Amino acid sequence: MKYAFYPGCVARGAAPELFASTIEVARRLGIELDYEPMRGASCTGAGVLQEKNQRLGDTLNARTFAMAEKAGLPLMVICSTCQGVMSQASKRFKDDPAYLAEINKDLAEEGLQYKGTVEPKHLLWAIIEDIGIDKLKAQVVKPLKGMKLAPFYGCYIVRPSAALGFAEHPEREDSLEQVIKAVGAEVVDFRGKTLCCGFPILTINQNNALKMVANHTLEAKGNGADAMVTPCPLCHLNLDGYQPAAAGLRKQPIDMPIIHLPQMLGMAMGIEPKALKLNKHLVSTKKLLSDLVLAP
Amino acid sequence: MTMDVTLNVKRYNPDAAKPASYNQEYRIDLEDGSSLLDGLIKVREEMDGTLALRCSCRSAICGSCAMRVNGRAVLACNTKMKDVMPKDGSPVKVEPAGNMGVVKDLIVNFDVFWGKIKAVKPWLQPEGPVPQGEYLAPNEAMLHLAGVMGCIMCGACVSDCTVLEVDKNFLGPAALAKAYRFVGDPRDAHEKDRLKDLTKYGGMWDCTRCMQCVQVCPKGVDPMGRIMKMRDKALAAGYNNTYGARHALAFTDLVRHGGHLDELRLPIKTFGIFNVKEMLKLAPIGMRSQMVGKVPPLFPKPIPGIQNVRRIFEKVEAKR
Repeated sequence: MKYAFYPGCVARGAAPELFASTIEVARRLGIELDYEPMRGASCTGAGVLQEKNQRLGDTLNARTFAMAEKAGLPLMVICSTCQGVMSQASKRFKDDPAYLAEINKDLAEEGLQYKGTVEPKHLLWAIIEDIGIDKLKAQVVKPLKGMKLAPFYGCYIVRPSAALGFAEHPEREDSLEQVIKAVGAEVVDFRGKTLCCGFPILTINQNNALKMVANHTLEAKGNGADAMVTPCPLCHLNLDGYQPAAAGLRKQPIDMPIIHLPQMLGMAMGIEPKALKLNKHLVSTKKLLSDLVLAP
Repeated sequence: MTMDVTLNVKRYNPDAAKPASYNQEYRIDLEDGSSLLDGLIKVREEMDGTLALRCSCRSAICGSCAMRVNGRAVLACNTKMKDVMPKDGSPVKVEPAGNMGVVKDLIVNFDVFWGKIKAVKPWLQPEGPVPQGEYLAPNEAMLHLAGVMGCIMCGACVSDCTVLEVDKNFLGPAALAKAYRFVGDPRDAHEKDRLKDLTKYGGMWDCTRCMQCVQVCPKGVDPMGRIMKMRDKALAAGYNNTYGARHALAFTDLVRHGGHLDELRLPIKTFGIFNVKEMLKLAPIGMRSQMVGKVPPLFPKPIPGIQNVRRIFEKVEAKR
């Protein structure tokens, strides 16, 4: 299946391992990622631009949707935040055609027009809805047996559910658990799995952000998790990058690897850890990988 | 038709010799269309008179019965039992609302909640001569406040606020939504003072945009949406020297310039390069990232067609 591929800023910036592992995994799942139509697409605004000027963010997202629509392809994202921000914009366009018509006037100069047909879809949802869990299972050559993984969704892929189509797609609610099970790992449930990682307030109130990192990673650890897996690169940046500082705050080691969704899939598909760039994490994934090698 | 329901209720008795919370299960028969509140009242009336809960109107008007069900804040009266019964047959988990101290069982202490509401001065502060009749406002100027005036002060948003969980100083979603109700009222003469106050620590910029309040609000108040609108108003009013404001402005500037997020420059622009204290705080993560080869491009190229993005910025910003 072919998608217009919108990788988002972070996968091409501070989390290159997300980009690399997505490419590896997509190939094996028969997903064709076409970046060409998205070459000129801008940032979604990540909710930050929206707090300054929502219409501005919506116009940029309508522009991206129009590009995918023009190419006649469904739109794939690999970031929970991109998913949420795009879904919210998409809902506003659906609810208010007059608003979209106004926005289209600002796109006309570029020869673009958004008709309203694009449904942005995260790789996580695409696997369940378009590709099929069975196809994923068929690609698993090294089941992650014995590995205990705590899902961490990221706010924007779970809330507000009305904008994310949960009513029509109830399977989205536990999508991460479904793929964790499909690759043979054990799901470690914990309260923090749908809470905020703290990333948006990192530069505003770092202490609060660090407390969130500490709470979630320590809760997952307390419940026996070997690692956390996330479909959101922003959550990854915070939970991985700021984990040493959070550990310092709590004066106790945490050492909880935070792996990206496609890295987990890739491990189960037997893809080389280096190709998945599992060495590009601040919290080492070495123990996780050696446990996997040693697993019976 | 009736259904067989098991409730697992988190209880707390302050009068016990050693007060500590514990869970208690109740198995009840309920009519199919019953609410969660119907179930709890049945338990209290027919099985265990010691179970304490607060409720009154049973119609989602009074805001008394907010509590957590399966980890999420709801009004017990407008939650159908059927909708919260786990598919695997496990009990319905009922707990008191979060972020407020428990008085007894499902009753929480609202003192902090009301303290925060009072802190935003939830009354109209008009200026000028007192009119003969009422302070009038045109209908259309009040439309955007209709939703926020629907708040019933149930505390569901406060219960599930992820910032309040780590920082009791945060005003929280209910109080900030209430603040917006007056900031946005054309009859109020203190919009600027209010905005200035609300940009301080604990105010609008401490919200982490997690949307829990949007999700759990039973009345569609959209507290986070109101907080975002206040941020916009504060920036427009020139209150832009907090880290929150600087972050929003830096982010906007960088997207206008390159079309994408420049992760390297965002914190530097937010804090200011001569802000030694914050630059030093960034150093450890900068160095660790460098060590694993995880540094964003130093000089990222603008996206193709960036002039179109810049034109959109100009056009849309000019419409404000």
